[in-house]
Amino acid sequence: GSDPLITEKQEWAIYTGAGVDETPYGLPIKYEGDVIRRNVPWLTADPISSINFTPIHALDGTITPQGCAFERHHSGAIELKKEDYRLMINGLVDQPLVFTYEDLERFPRVNRTFFLECAANTGMEWAGAQLNGAQFTHGMIHNMEYTGVTLRTLLEEAGLGAAGDLSDKWVYVEGADASSNGRSIPMEKALDDCMIAFKANGEALRMEHGYPVRLVVPGWEGNMWVKWLRRIEVTAQAIESREETSKYTDTLADGTSRKWTWVMDAKSVVTSPSPQSPIKHGKGPLVITGLAWSGRGAITGVDVSIDGGKTWQKARLANEGQSMALTRFYLDTTWNGEEMLLQSRAHDETGYVQPTKAQLREVRGENSVYHNNCIQTWHVKANGEAENVEVSS
Amino acid sequence: EKLGLGRAALPEEIAAWNHDISPNGEGLPVGSGSVEDGEMIFSENCAVCHGEFAEGVDNWPKLAGGDGTLADKDPLKTIGSYWPYLSTVYDYVRRSMPFGAAQTMSDDDVYAITAYLLYSNYLVDDDFVLSNENFLEVEMPNAGGFIVDDRPETEYTIFTEENACYENCKDTVEITRRATVLDVTPEEEGTETVTEAAVVVEEAVEEPVDTPAVEEAAQEPVEAPAEEAPVVAAMSVDPELAAQGEKVFKKCAACHQVGEGAKNRTGPVLNGVIGATIAHVGDFKYSKDFTAAHDEGFIWTIENLTEYLHKPKAMFPKTKMSFAGLKKDEEIAAVIEYLKSASQ
Repeated sequence: GSDPLITEKQEWAIYTGAGVDETPYGLPIKYEGDVIRRNVPWLTADPISSINFTPIHALDGTITPQGCAFERHHSGAIELKKEDYRLMINGLVDQPLVFTYEDLERFPRVNRTFFLECAANTGMEWAGAQLNGAQFTHGMIHNMEYTGVTLRTLLEEAGLGAAGDLSDKWVYVEGADASSNGRSIPMEKALDDCMIAFKANGEALRMEHGYPVRLVVPGWEGNMWVKWLRRIEVTAQAIESREETSKYTDTLADGTSRKWTWVMDAKSVVTSPSPQSPIKHGKGPLVITGLAWSGRGAITGVDVSIDGGKTWQKARLANEGQSMALTRFYLDTTWNGEEMLLQSRAHDETGYVQPTKAQLREVRGENSVYHNNCIQTWHVKANGEAENVEVSS
Repeated sequence: EKLGLGRAALPEEIAAWNHDISPNGEGLPVGSGSVEDGEMIFSENCAVCHGEFAEGVDNWPKLAGGDGTLADKDPLKTIGSYWPYLSTVYDYVRRSMPFGAAQTMSDDDVYAITAYLLYSNYLVDDDFVLSNENFLEVEMPNAGGFIVDDRPETEYTIFTEENACYENCKDTVEITRRATVLDVTPEEEGTETVTEAAVVVEEAVEEPVDTPAVEEAAQEPVEAPAEEAPVVAAMSVDPELAAQGEKVFKKCAACHQVGEGAKNRTGPVLNGVIGATIAHVGDFKYSKDFTAAHDEGFIWTIENLTEYLHKPKAMFPKTKMSFAGLKKDEEIAAVIEYLKSASQ
């Protein structure tokens, strides 16, 4: 029969809608109310020192809106006014300096898009399939366009002559919050591509992302992207803070641990279909889509398997891969209504190909916690529902 | 090339913020602290989360034990079993602890806590005194347990284009694990529009056998459901004072929640506390002092709550609340006003 949504006059076509002043800073329409960050309460002792997850299963494109970009803080997100903000540079510099927020806005600015991935993303999956949804298995990631000043610009303003040979020097960074979350970064990386950011996706940083100023460390684990950045110290050695010794180190099968595992290797995940984004339309045309990224450069290709890794076909990249930023991929296909074991596999410009979980376990064992960039499998059933599973190698 | 922006950092400003301590001891302040003092300071400030013997409470980090477990299936990583440098303990405790009152301890107290943590890991004797002078003499058991990232040699040579298979990559594929068997995924709130095809748990739910952790994740969900708040008799509230109290409450918020949806954390939910019998939250494990007072019918009034918040341990010596108290009467009045308003 005919569709009453077409044949009958609808109230939205008769009455007026919201005026321009209704929501001075807009929110998503109420029908998208399920597209929100979510927490896994049993992961941590308290939500003040915890993490939530980006709803990647419900997003498309590559830019993550700040309002649903995952949060991780160690002593809560603080409210720090621009007027109260100070940034100090000290240590092995010619002139220790203090900047106000206004000072930072007077340096030449850059705009660059990068992903930020927590080192623990997918960490709960080491020993087996555990959390049932791309949001939970892969949602400790976001991708934003940052506006700010390069770290090199600020370090050169303070002068690096006092540091002498820069090749073995470090930059220690810390935040203004109660955790302060100090980390050491090799000088080479600091001068290469790190940024002091104050805008993301065009707007001021959200409180939970470090308003008014955060550090950007492209391609490297999110814990190093210090929020509420208050101090930069040039040092002769790594400080070996809590977050670079007791945490964010990777224990191997024999009990020794890797440290300074900063870079996030190439990784991808199918975001739809997935457990939170099942197929509801039955057989026929189907868009399989997902995200790929590499901390070592640009994504050059993504393969998709629908049979658990027996055969692979090349997906279409929505846009050419950008270095250390998310890349969207699509596989425009026809679903025959049969079960699928859906996987994706990223390639980056170094020639690296994303490994299986079995390959990673072969090298590292199961106790690494961090840096799990294995191929993910979704079991898509005949009714269109999907489940997080692990398959034989 | 320089723009001349910013101003010179003053020596006292650098001294106020430059607190990082290196493995070689650089940055250590002059001072000392004993295991004996540390035990008392730890009990008052740290034990509520980390346990009297640093063994950990609930999901909070265990700081002691785990010796020789690093190659086990679920290694226990503590200061004794895992941390390579003692400088990290001092640096972290001084900068980030205690949770909710960071950067409030004296340098000597931090030495004492560090000494006690060594003692609780059987690394020093009970008469040990740690100072900036003997700091580097302490040997950390896992100091040699770390290697610099070797992925370039061990992984990047294997996970390559040349080794990538496209056809007939394996003969058969079996599902070996399913996430729904564990059933540890949170229920989604606000998903009315998508749950039509909610995933059905096909198999009997088993105990989570493998629950790898992010940080100090627990083996099983530990959720303290909120108790129904007792009905609070309508109390008049001064909104301005309550707003000031909301700011003061930040000092409490590391452990306590109040208001709609509040849950027990390290401390009990505070809804309806004024006018309630002490220890009124049924599923919270209170101190012996509190349960005894409960049995005697002690009721929280504005007066006795004011006294308690001024110096908690003077009123209930065994209270689990490791909070020194609010010094200013105005702050106490404001926070009580906030508790009234948030409970309604």
